[in-house]
Amino acid sequence: MAQLKNEMKFEFISKSANESFARATVAAFVAQLDPTISEVADIKTAISEAVTNCIVHAYKNGLGTIYISVKIFENGQVIIKIRDKGCGIENISQAMEPLYTTGGAERAGLGFAVMQSFMDNIKVTSKLEKGTTITLTKNIIPRVTKNGQ
Amino acid sequence: MVEVKIIKDGESASALIKGDIDHHTAKEIREQIDAYVQDNQIKLLNLDFSQVQFMDSSGIGLIMGRFKMMKLLMGSVKVINVPSHLKRIIKLSGLLSLGVIEKGEV
Repeated sequence: MAQLKNEMKFEFISKSANESFARATVAAFVAQLDPTISEVADIKTAISEAVTNCIVHAYKNGLGTIYISVKIFENGQVIIKIRDKGCGIENISQAMEPLYTTGGAERAGLGFAVMQSFMDNIKVTSKLEKGTTITLTKNIIPRVTKNGQ
Repeated sequence: MVEVKIIKDGESASALIKGDIDHHTAKEIREQIDAYVQDNQIKLLNLDFSQVQFMDSSGIGLIMGRFKMMKLLMGSVKVINVPSHLKRIIKLSGLLSLGVIEKGEV
């Protein structure tokens, strides 16, 4: 197991205005690993998808709390957990199918497909009426040989 | 933060979207564009993405939704000026098969 470099946790209520807050906060923390612009964009997009799922699906009947924790490791690995105490997912593999959505005409059904494509690994655990945890992993490639120093 | 600027040219209109597109801002963008299109009897809607800094799959939903609306109005929609940082999510979405994006764009 790689050595832990830093860790943080934050929580907020499931208002859609917090989607940008959540992705910007995670991006600011991960900046310690000196990621490329493209790596930051990948992480921001995945966080935005996960948080939107909590708002649109988990807490569709009202407001709840969304919990995010981020661990970064010396080898460049980032592990992000996004947790809710919402309705849970009945059929995880169906929910993860591209284009499958219960979100109506304006939702593309691509949330999980984007998370899978933009991150190195994704794990979903869910319990009906208890909530869902998404664990996202991304390996930031260390830029060790900058200017040969 | 998001801002939509719409410029009309005959039966066509270009909507310049400035800022981030996520689930929160998509609602605001959608409402502005849809009201404009219906009030001005627009037949060709251009969605100008040149000033979009960030977009998640809500942006894909926004394009698909406008595609369906313009079809109902016997019109069409085109996504123009796609910045390079949005190409990956657009390719992933399968939107290219809808014909709303010119081949050279992504």
